[in-house]
Amino acid sequence: MRFLRRSLTRAANFAAGRHGDERLRAEMEEHLALLTAENLRAGMPPAEARRQAVLKFGAVEAIREDYHDEHGLPFVENLLQDVRYALRQLAKSPGFAAVAILTMAVGIGATTAIFSVVDATLLHPLSYPQPDQLVRVEDDLPGVGALDVSMSIPELNDFQRSGLFQYVSLVGGGSVNLTGSSQPARIVFDAVTPNYMALLGVKPELGRWFDPNDQTPGFTLEVLISDGLWKRAFGHDPHILGRSLRLDNDLYRIIGVMPSGFQDPRRTAELRHIELWAAAGFAGPPAPPPQRNSRVLLEAIARLKPGLTIAAAQSRVDALVAALQKQYPDDYPPQSAWRVRLVPLKESVVGNVRQSLLLLLGAVGLVLLIGCANVANLLLARASARGREMAVRQALGAARKRLVRQLLTESLVLSLLGGMAGLAILFCTRGFLLEMVPDSLPRVNEISINWSVMLFALAASVVAGMVFGLAPALQTGRLDLTHMLKLEGRGSKGSAEQTRTRHVLVVAEFALSLVLMIAAGLLLRSFWDLYKVPLGFNPRRVMAVRTWLPEPNDPKTDIYGSAAQEAPFLRELLRRGRALPGVEEAALGSNVSIPLNHDRNRSPLILEGRETPSKDPPLVEQSVVSPEYFKLLGIRLLRGRLFSEMDDERAPQVAVINEALARTWWPNGDPLGKRLRLDPAKPAWITVVGVIADARTESLAEANVPQIYVDLYQTTPHELAVFLRGDLDPGAIPEEVRELVQSVNPELPVFGAQTLDDALSASLSQRRFSMEMVALFAVTALLLAGLGIYGTISYVVSERTREIGVRLALGAQREEILGMVLRQGLGVAIAGAAVGLVAALIASHLMAGLLYGVTPNDPLTFVGVPLVLTVVALAASYIPARRAMQVDPLVALRYE
Amino acid sequence: MAMKQRTDVQQGTLALMVLRTLDVLGPLHGYGIARRIEQISGDVLAVNQGTLYPVLLKLEQEGAIASEWGASENNRRARFYRLTRAGHTLLRAETREWEQTAAIIARFFDVKAEDLS
Repeated sequence: MRFLRRSLTRAANFAAGRHGDERLRAEMEEHLALLTAENLRAGMPPAEARRQAVLKFGAVEAIREDYHDEHGLPFVENLLQDVRYALRQLAKSPGFAAVAILTMAVGIGATTAIFSVVDATLLHPLSYPQPDQLVRVEDDLPGVGALDVSMSIPELNDFQRSGLFQYVSLVGGGSVNLTGSSQPARIVFDAVTPNYMALLGVKPELGRWFDPNDQTPGFTLEVLISDGLWKRAFGHDPHILGRSLRLDNDLYRIIGVMPSGFQDPRRTAELRHIELWAAAGFAGPPAPPPQRNSRVLLEAIARLKPGLTIAAAQSRVDALVAALQKQYPDDYPPQSAWRVRLVPLKESVVGNVRQSLLLLLGAVGLVLLIGCANVANLLLARASARGREMAVRQALGAARKRLVRQLLTESLVLSLLGGMAGLAILFCTRGFLLEMVPDSLPRVNEISINWSVMLFALAASVVAGMVFGLAPALQTGRLDLTHMLKLEGRGSKGSAEQTRTRHVLVVAEFALSLVLMIAAGLLLRSFWDLYKVPLGFNPRRVMAVRTWLPEPNDPKTDIYGSAAQEAPFLRELLRRGRALPGVEEAALGSNVSIPLNHDRNRSPLILEGRETPSKDPPLVEQSVVSPEYFKLLGIRLLRGRLFSEMDDERAPQVAVINEALARTWWPNGDPLGKRLRLDPAKPAWITVVGVIADARTESLAEANVPQIYVDLYQTTPHELAVFLRGDLDPGAIPEEVRELVQSVNPELPVFGAQTLDDALSASLSQRRFSMEMVALFAVTALLLAGLGIYGTISYVVSERTREIGVRLALGAQREEILGMVLRQGLGVAIAGAAVGLVAALIASHLMAGLLYGVTPNDPLTFVGVPLVLTVVALAASYIPARRAMQVDPLVALRYE
Repeated sequence: MAMKQRTDVQQGTLALMVLRTLDVLGPLHGYGIARRIEQISGDVLAVNQGTLYPVLLKLEQEGAIASEWGASENNRRARFYRLTRAGHTLLRAETREWEQTAAIIARFFDVKAEDLS
């Protein structure tokens, strides 16, 4: 209490700028007068009386200082004084200040930028209450090579009853056709079990979420919509609750609106921006009847009971799985090796982004470190120039601690100014920077300059200031006073220790740049390999536009329910498509057939005569395409034939497979004429009529993905893509195709128009982002390291001017001097490269998962990059070396 | 540094002396306090009288004493210090503490080997 009161008064005095000097002076005067008067009374002569009084009173200055310290806050006052002094010093050498502040601004600004991305994605991946309780439940059948095959309804019930989870939900995304507004629109929806929002712990902004009464086997006819859809399609109507909307021709009622900014914890950008939620039991039409071996192809998300760790829950899940296998041996044959894994939900949301982001954070941290080394070097040079100033101040009685503190204050002022400038740059360029971030990053719209990002910038500035300020400050603290003062006016000579420190700093800079350059080199080679990979198909001049045929809940009302019903529509679409201006070829396919599309359609593969003993057959990627598809995309036929006009809805069903599938299942035999099925529920056999060459339509990085194609006219795909090749106008095509599709059926939505070239570049966007960023950082690092070596060698040359003069006077050749200086630069570069190579090897193995087509110890990179660095080091040393060569011995000798 | 420590110790006791002097004699100015402390100590303490002022300021900032301008005996402007209620409380607490410490120390001086056997 007393202490508090005293501190408050002191702080108030300090803040108000009150100092008790006047009062103290008056009191002292009075005191001395009284003392003198007393001495006079004792009989002293006036002069002696005054002298004795002053003696008794004590040292006035010391008392004044004590009094002053007690009155205000001496620490803060000193700090302010140091800061003012530091600012004056910086203003006196604006060149140095500008370079140092700019270096720090770039380093701290870039680090903070990357941190803001990391903060939004890695540190706060899930914005739900108690995110650590959330897990994904993944069913695997490793025995038949199938991972994450999702669960069946009886398994869901088993898990819900297991006592391990508060909730287990099934979530399945899909598209639906919203009609009734101005344009038919295709929207992405989630069909979920009614407990889904209770599991996430999110409440609707308006209305209510589903409750347990909404549990039905099929779909409930009630839905919730997103805030975005509410604004876009319903004009923010406050009376939205209870309004109906038509989805795939069925009528639904709106019971709620989700809060803006709500995101589903899903794996792709599209699924994170769901616009409509419907509840379903997945146990009745349109879903198949709930059987133990009938997996529903949905994602299972669960919330663990409070206090239960994932590891503990996993071991109890393992026990449950073992018990179920014993209880239902027919449904879980040992060959399929059924297992269930609990994966933290945040991991599955962040997924493969983690490694890239950590790489970027590491890279930008190295740039900041190199920047620090550079500024430390500048400060050291300044410190030796200011050596005399420091020595004089020390001789005049400044405490060493005080000097060190003042120098540290100077570096902190520098780095804080740099950090502020960095934040300012970041703030001004944030719109531009955010555009560089690929959309596929999770929570990309959560990235912002918030308090924790600002705090990070502050911490980075303080740490950076300490890092680059400590060495010069401590060295100044260890000055040899007499030596410094004897150096009459020439303060430019640094100690051997300073020179050594500068060399170490430059070596470190080179080592760090080497690590960055090698990382950038490896990423560049990976990107290039991927960019140049033979695609197996030709994306040039091709556009894909998507549409969606409604799929009502009652199959009987589906006007495209059978191949015979859908085929005329498809033929008409294709006929009109070919007539569009500029179009040379047209084809149709399911959405999965769009190259590099993220949609998957895995079907169980059942081969005639080789029915797998397990009831869980292997899964293959299945696409549905029209006969023109292969020719339009330039995919080569290897054996047999492609689809033809003869393969229509009345003919026996045929399939074309790719070479990877043929190799996998008929390694020595001929697949042509073999029969297979793709749906356990459909007994009709499909005959393989052709084998095509492998094409990277699934993923650029993966060759040999087994794929099967069935004929469009023999099946009933509802999610369609129109492919067009020719001299197309990408701006006009979407509207032309919309008119075309809606001239056949005005209820259909048209969306997702893109050129395949764009799709190709989009699929590389994340890799391109990390490669470009790391390359940018590496170039910055190289530049800084070059500057560092230039500065150090220049300094060494100017220090050795006299020695060089003596050498020249004694007959040394100028070329020898040049070589001598260059050798010094080379030595620094080689030492840096040696240290850096070891670090780079470690770093490259850590980032092995991000590489494609190159090994982490790629010889070309590991030889090429050090060579580049050496050339930079030689170039940076050449300028001071030439200066050394041109030293005039006479001038140099007289210089002393 | 060493000097500073000595004044610290002194300040601790000096503060107590100031409080007690004001308690006994009522409001006094700085010179008066210094003079009285010397007088009470039997002129054993001959401190630099100026060191008193930082202590007075500290006590005032803590709220133990208050001060105001007044006229001294020879009609000059002087600052008079007086004990506040918080000061009284503080003095009582400090006194108790000192007595306790003194009593403990005294027992150590009185102790003999046979007392502890």
